[in-house]
Amino acid sequence: MTRWGGSDLTTRRAAPPVPGAESYRGLAPVRLDGGSAHRGGYANGPTLGRRHRVRRLLRQVFGAGSPLRDLDWFLLAIVVALMAFGTLLVWAATATSGLTYHDPYLIRQGINILIGLILMAAVSMLDYRQLRLYAPIVLVASCLGLLAVLSPLGVVVNGAKSWINLPGGFQIEPSEYAKIAVIFVCAMILGELRAGETRPGPRAIAKAVGLSLIPLILVVAQPDLGVVILLLALVAGLVVLSGVRLRWLALLLAGGVLSVVAVAKLHLLKSYQVSRLTSFLHPSEDPRGTGYSAFQSKITIGSGGMTGQGLFHGQLVAGGFVPEQHTDFIFAVAGEEIGLVGELVLIGLLALLLLRALHIAARADDQFGMLVASGIAIWFGVQSFINIGMTIGIMPVTGLPLPFVSYGGSALFADMIAIGALHCVHRHRSVFGHS
Amino acid sequence: MIPASKWRLAGLTVIIVGLLAVLGFRLWYLQVQTRGTYVSLATQDRIRDVVTPAVRGEILDDTGQPMVQNQSSLTVAVNMSVVSQESGGGTAELSRLAQLLGISDTVMQQRVRLCTATVHQPCWPGSPYQPIPVAQNVSQQVALEVLENRASFPGVTASIQPTIEYDQPIATATAQVLGYLQPITAQEVKKLHVPVTGFASDDLVGQSGLEAEYDKELRGTTGIDEVAVNAAGQVTSTIKDVKPKAGDDLVTSINANVQLATENALKSAILKTEAEGNTQATSGAAVVMTTTGRIVAMASWPTYNPSIWTGGINEQEFNQLFGTADGEPILERATQGQYFPGSTWKVTTTTAAVNAGYSLYSDYDCPASVDIGGHVFNNDFGNGGMMSLQTALILSCDTVFYNFGYDIWLKDNRQYDDVTSPSFPVQEEQQTELQWGFGKPTGVDLPGEAGGTVPTREWLYYLWKDNAHTGEDWCKYGNANGSYVQQIEYEDCVSGNVWTPGQAVLASIGQGYVAVTPLQLATAYAALANGGTLYSPRIGEELVSPTGKVVQQIVPPVDGHLPASAATLAYIRNALQGVVTQGTAASAFGGFPLNKVCIAGKTGTAQVAGNMATSNFASFAPCNNPQYVVVMMIPDSGYGADVSAPAIRQIWDAIYGLEGQPPALQNGQLPPPPHITSAGVIVPTAASIGSQQPSPGLAGLATGLSLTADTEPGGRPLGRPG
Repeated sequence: MTRWGGSDLTTRRAAPPVPGAESYRGLAPVRLDGGSAHRGGYANGPTLGRRHRVRRLLRQVFGAGSPLRDLDWFLLAIVVALMAFGTLLVWAATATSGLTYHDPYLIRQGINILIGLILMAAVSMLDYRQLRLYAPIVLVASCLGLLAVLSPLGVVVNGAKSWINLPGGFQIEPSEYAKIAVIFVCAMILGELRAGETRPGPRAIAKAVGLSLIPLILVVAQPDLGVVILLLALVAGLVVLSGVRLRWLALLLAGGVLSVVAVAKLHLLKSYQVSRLTSFLHPSEDPRGTGYSAFQSKITIGSGGMTGQGLFHGQLVAGGFVPEQHTDFIFAVAGEEIGLVGELVLIGLLALLLLRALHIAARADDQFGMLVASGIAIWFGVQSFINIGMTIGIMPVTGLPLPFVSYGGSALFADMIAIGALHCVHRHRSVFGHS
Repeated sequence: MIPASKWRLAGLTVIIVGLLAVLGFRLWYLQVQTRGTYVSLATQDRIRDVVTPAVRGEILDDTGQPMVQNQSSLTVAVNMSVVSQESGGGTAELSRLAQLLGISDTVMQQRVRLCTATVHQPCWPGSPYQPIPVAQNVSQQVALEVLENRASFPGVTASIQPTIEYDQPIATATAQVLGYLQPITAQEVKKLHVPVTGFASDDLVGQSGLEAEYDKELRGTTGIDEVAVNAAGQVTSTIKDVKPKAGDDLVTSINANVQLATENALKSAILKTEAEGNTQATSGAAVVMTTTGRIVAMASWPTYNPSIWTGGINEQEFNQLFGTADGEPILERATQGQYFPGSTWKVTTTTAAVNAGYSLYSDYDCPASVDIGGHVFNNDFGNGGMMSLQTALILSCDTVFYNFGYDIWLKDNRQYDDVTSPSFPVQEEQQTELQWGFGKPTGVDLPGEAGGTVPTREWLYYLWKDNAHTGEDWCKYGNANGSYVQQIEYEDCVSGNVWTPGQAVLASIGQGYVAVTPLQLATAYAALANGGTLYSPRIGEELVSPTGKVVQQIVPPVDGHLPASAATLAYIRNALQGVVTQGTAASAFGGFPLNKVCIAGKTGTAQVAGNMATSNFASFAPCNNPQYVVVMMIPDSGYGADVSAPAIRQIWDAIYGLEGQPPALQNGQLPPPPHITSAGVIVPTAASIGSQQPSPGLAGLATGLSLTADTEPGGRPLGRPG
């Protein structure tokens, strides 16, 4: 190991960085299409040559060891099921004035899913190590995005300046990508052990935390408390998982506690933020104020009962009593319309997704892959918990959507990029296993 | 993967599964364990009751003329405590509302500003927290616009506000008979099982009189639209639609013409005795009823104008109505006033004497006085010598009846008189009196009726128990050698529970403890006149549904039979005829055309120590085929023959159109019941004649309007212009 100096084992073992070469690494069985390729040869001139190229591309895509063949189809199935579930709920949430296939939200969410699948596919085809290379780029890009949000380009939605208006009526939420950036950056730094290290040292921790602080501070400035909480959970989780010594953990914890105290003492949180964070404890005290959404959401879910009112038959959903019921409060729609049974199916799908991500993490070849996959698991897990928790009154109301389920492009794209990354980690392991 | 990471990853898995489990348990708790709470909260959220108060039924006289006419008007009210919370103090909202209502901003501002020392009308004189009515009689469209746009009109309501109009056909008041309405209280909501309408301030409930007695029928059924609303409060669908059902109209047997004559006669009798220098006579009552128990007129003095209740009552008016300074005009003295019947009572004593074995055809001594139980009881007109029972009634000889009372007392279960117990048998004479309907309410269809007093052993026992050592505390204040009152108190302390011969003697001429309401007296005389059937009198005649169907015929039920044979009653009736022609009432009826209508009656003058006598007269006519009974009782005014009898003569004049009076009833007959159209409109019968005919516009107005006004599903005109 020492001979290889700074580079770690994973790098050495990793596949060559040329994506096209990968498809030839596997022992692809000779197929009918392969045979026809031979018969074609160059005898038929440029047409056959073009055909040959098409076949080669198809083989690259679908052949053994190809990215698509190596896709985690189980993971994909879960994600597609979740998105389908979510689309139904979005439809139900927005069909308040009559059910129609022309529901603009339904159509747009369909487009979002298509774009998301393409993004996922693109990311999953990337070479594993390229993720590492992209990490700083993603970080810089998302920080620039976050800065742009704070500039006059930003749009205030629900009290937080977290959106940028794009031409053509599109909006983008850079904080979604900051989550990916923090996962990649932390995984890159904490997953790359220095010579003689068996676990990341204080320097790596400082570097990871320090770099993560840049997007974190920018998100605090928006302010988007949900994302702040999530980023903190990600950094803390990744530091812990990276295998740092417990003493550093203790130190980090002390630092965290100190900063929380400092925030409280120095009144860094605005009063509305404090009330937003604590109002979930007493939603009925101020049903028209900060607790309104939480209270209405609890009523909507509670009245759903075991099996709900039936999809598209929720009376409170129809009346639009829960604000943002197609985005952040989508779970309330599930609560009233499909009841406990439907919700448990939804949570079950989320659980399968998370367990699959953790499974990928556990079987990852290296620390980087493990950290990326488990970081994604933490992201989806914590975000799902905060989102569902806020709809049932056990978490504060923040602006975090329910992954794959809530309506919205930015969030879904980021989620699908993460799924692409999971595929990368998964494929890398399986490639290694094959060879 | 480094080992530390491996374990920590396992830990992360546990944490994530744990978090999801927390969600699952929390959801189970919300949706299964505590679901009921949220279902009801969801209902509150989502479902609103839109209440339409039912139009209250009207109260009509026997010809169908409304005595109480109800009007509903759609009223838009502004709750300034809500509106002023809006940005800019709600000026923008008020401006929008003004535009909707078609008034200028200035007028709107004036209507909602509060009256202060410097701000004068137009301004709002009421509480700033109360919705301020800014427009009345608005169209349904405007009201709906206000109700449906809660977002743009927060704090603005539109509601149907019933207003009660107390019509006074031919200027009669009938105030106490009609009663009044007041906003319903929480207890009444519970008791009456009426829905909480949300128009609490508009929800009125009958508090006395016919309004209270027939409240349930007059009220109708409140309409409730259960509508689903969305978060903005906009109605999305109607879940349940219960249409309001207008209340039934109550047709009474009160005849406005007779009522007017009765009120005038009572009023002028009291004012006349006041004019003669009697300051004590301040109140009284008169009843006109058929011999079958239908009340034709009922007057109580002092009275008030019932329109006082329209649009709310102020404190000064309230004190006037309920305060003793003005004689409590709120009291219906015909059913709530309890007076000494005096000699009008002698008819009961006569039947008691007959039942005790005295002959109707013997002569009885009428000395100037009798000495009974150590007391001397005088006759009012000195020694009358021997006379028939008929003459005793005609001249109203007290001593004849004293002796009856004493003799019955002597034979009446004397063994019970010295022991104290409430459960001893009723005395013989009082048994007769109870059978005449005295000592208990008649059961008339008016609330709060008094029962009068027949001093039975039970009654005496409780009177003594309540006042010997507590209450009046006779034993403390009584003195055997003190003043007249102190002597009585001393006696009452010693033997207040005992039916003494003195009490029996006084009771035989309707004095002592005996007390009756004017209505009881009228009921008893109606029974005497009709041959012995005691009716529980009724004012209500029929209830007419909004669709014009008579839903209930109200017939006075038979309450009992007089304890006398037909022959006895005929004998008494014959004697009472003589009272008017040659007896105590002869002077009062001097010159009366008895050949046209024969009147029979009995005067009553109940002496009260230290006060003027109670002047009573009870009469019926025609003598041979009695149709009506007229009774008047005026306490503290003098002889029955001097005050009440002349007043009753006026009433008879009015009923039959005698002595230059226009007849209140055609040929002395009650008018036929009013015609009810299929649309539920009650068309007054053209029975009223003479100068007292109501303006012809009244009937035309009612029928004409029903053609043009918006009619409710019930078929009742929704509102009449005020």
